[in-house]
Order: sequence, then C-alpha cells, then structure tokens
Amino acid sequence: MAELNTGDGGGEKGGKVRSKKQNSKVDLTAMVDLAFLLITFFMLTTTLSKPQSMSLGLPDKDPDKDKNKDVKVDENRTMTILLGDNNKLVRYVGLLATPVSGGAPKDFAYGKDGIRKELISRKEAVLQYTGNKDKGMIVIIKPSKKSNYRNLVDILDEMAIVNVPTYAIVNDFTPEETKLLGGSVSAAPVPATETANP
Amino acid sequence: MAIKMKKKSTSTDMTAMCDVAFLLLTFFILTATAKAPEVLPVDTPQSTVQTKLPEKNLATLTVGGGKVFFDIKGKDVRKRTLELMSNKYGVKFSEDDQNKFAVMESFGVPIQSLKQVLDMKPADRSKAGQPGIPKDSLDNQLAEWIQNARIANIEIQDKELEIAIKGDAKEEYPVIRKVMDILQDQKINSFSLVTGLRGKEF
Repeated sequence: MAELNTGDGGGEKGGKVRSKKQNSKVDLTAMVDLAFLLITFFMLTTTLSKPQSMSLGLPDKDPDKDKNKDVKVDENRTMTILLGDNNKLVRYVGLLATPVSGGAPKDFAYGKDGIRKELISRKEAVLQYTGNKDKGMIVIIKPSKKSNYRNLVDILDEMAIVNVPTYAIVNDFTPEETKLLGGSVSAAPVPATETANP
Repeated sequence: MAIKMKKKSTSTDMTAMCDVAFLLLTFFILTATAKAPEVLPVDTPQSTVQTKLPEKNLATLTVGGGKVFFDIKGKDVRKRTLELMSNKYGVKFSEDDQNKFAVMESFGVPIQSLKQVLDMKPADRSKAGQPGIPKDSLDNQLAEWIQNARIANIEIQDKELEIAIKGDAKEEYPVIRKVMDILQDQKINSFSLVTGLRGKEF
C-alpha cells in the first residue's frame, strides 16, 4: 500500500550535491481510509427511507350509543375473520350459525398460502353471486384481546393486497366467537355487525 | 542471457478509489437526515403498503410495552402545544424549557414531571425510564396533548394534523384499541399505522 522509497537512502556520495528527484505521487491511503470511515458513519446514522405507513379509516363513532345504528348486510357477502392469540386466525363466511357452503369456521395461517388464497377465491365467488361490481365482499375483522398488533397489521395488509372493497374492525365478540378461538365450535345466534368503507 | 525481472512497484494507485469514496461520502452527507434518537424503541410490523409518512403536520404516537409516547413535528407547533398544555394544567415552563421542548425527541411522562425530563441531557432521557403519558379516563393527558397539538397545528400551519400510530409488533391489541378509541373520541377517524417494508414474496 504505502509507497516504498527505495534507493534514495544512499546519502551523498562524492562531493557533488545532487538535487533529489521529488516523488510526484501523494500517498492517498490515509485519505481513503478517512473517507470510508465517514461513509460508514453516515450510512449507519441516516435513515435512507422514510418509514412506510398504512392509512386506516374507522367508522364514525357517536358518543350517544343509541345513535350507532347497526347496518344490515347480505350475509352471503360477509366474511368474518377472528384473530386470536399465538397467531391463530379463524374465518367463517356468512352467519356463524348458518354459514354458506364451504364457509364453516376454519383455521387459516397468515400469508400467501393461507388466508390470501381464501380471500381471493371468496372475493370471486361474491362477485359472481351479486353480479354487481359495486357490491363486493365485506370483511369483518375481529381482533380478540389476546391478539397482537402484528396480527392486525398483517390482516389489514392482506386487505390491501387482495383489494377487498369494504372491511371493518369490530370489537365486540359474542361468547360463541370467543369459544371458537378457544378451540371448540358451537352453533350461535347471529351477531350484529357494523361495516365501514375504508 | 539472463532475463531481467522488472521490479514491480508495491504501491497502488489510490486516486480512483479516493474519488469514489468521496463521491459516496458527498452523496450520503447530502441525503442524510439525522436519525432521531428513539426514546421508546419499538419493532414495527411489516406491510407491503408503500405510502410514505408526511414530513410535516404529523404527530406520532409510539405504543410499546403498554406505554404511549408522543411526538409532534415542527418546532413552532411544539412550542404552541406546550403553551396550551401549560395553560390547561397550570404547569409553568420557562423560555429555556420551551426551546428545549421544541427540539426534543418523543416523550412519555405526565406533564407534571415533564420539566425534569427537559432538564436532563438528551442522552439520559432514553435511560430515564419514562412511564408513558397517562391515558386512563381519570387523567387523560394523551387526549389533551392530541387535542392541543391539533389546535396548535391549525393555528400555525393552517392544516389538520395527521396522526400516526407506531406500535410495537408484539403489543397486545387492547392497548392499541385504547389509543384508537382516544382518537375516535376526538372524531379522528382516519390515521396512519407506521410499518416497515416487507419483501415482495410475502
């Protein structure tokens, strides 16, 4: 790396004073070292990309509870997704007591091979059922008390990926739904649901 | 005849390397925005959504370990918010304190002990173990902070303040819901969730 100056060390032989030939090269090693050090520093301290964000719209909430009207929707269009602890995810289509064919409560995994396939196929089925592009699938997301924030963001992300037209986060659980997350399945009366446009 | 070996020079030409290094250095210096020190480090969940957070008119609620920390962008908005809060709770802050608050990172203490945090050195603030902003119904300071920040932002920037929730991936849902409820009580029905970027193959 460093320049080795060989052959100049002889000193003055003889009587003549010879002017030394100056080496025109500057040793840049130290400079490069410094530059890379600074580069490393700046790379580590900068946030190159701004954090991503996903926007979320919730339905209007009236402080007066009686004014919060339940919106009735076609049960054939709704899919309810229950989020439990330890990344458990249960979905049913239609009403819990009388699910539409193939829509009985079932466990799914998060991600590409799990709930997404189901969402895509169900979305198609709903469109065929209604035959109207404005009446797409409605997904009701019910995060339980034990679910964590990652689950919520994951499922909202799925909504964005699959492009579900309408979805809502609903907080009230019926005892039957709680049981569903606990493992045992039982028939139940219909829960009232509210929906929102995202 | 003996072949004379040319004596190779051991030095490398560093000029090109030096050029590249400084080019990169210049790039990084110019694009750099200093990373704000995180008082409450959280591990955000990932998503594939590619919307960026705005630089201005933003308040961030950092939620982790059951605590909520608050942060507003913009020095003027911060000062005005502190002024409004100080009037509301009757806690006095000196000019010096206000200037410190304007450049401070996010904080998570009740307003009564905010002054102690302001008096600390920036490096010590994250170690101090701030308890989070009170958010229960008896002493809902978080709601007041949000409310006053919105007022301050409209006064100064003439725009509605946007709210972002930066939650830890392992945070349990009830805490997030509590924060969302506080927002909804103020008729903030749309806000952002801060996420990291996820790879395409998800």
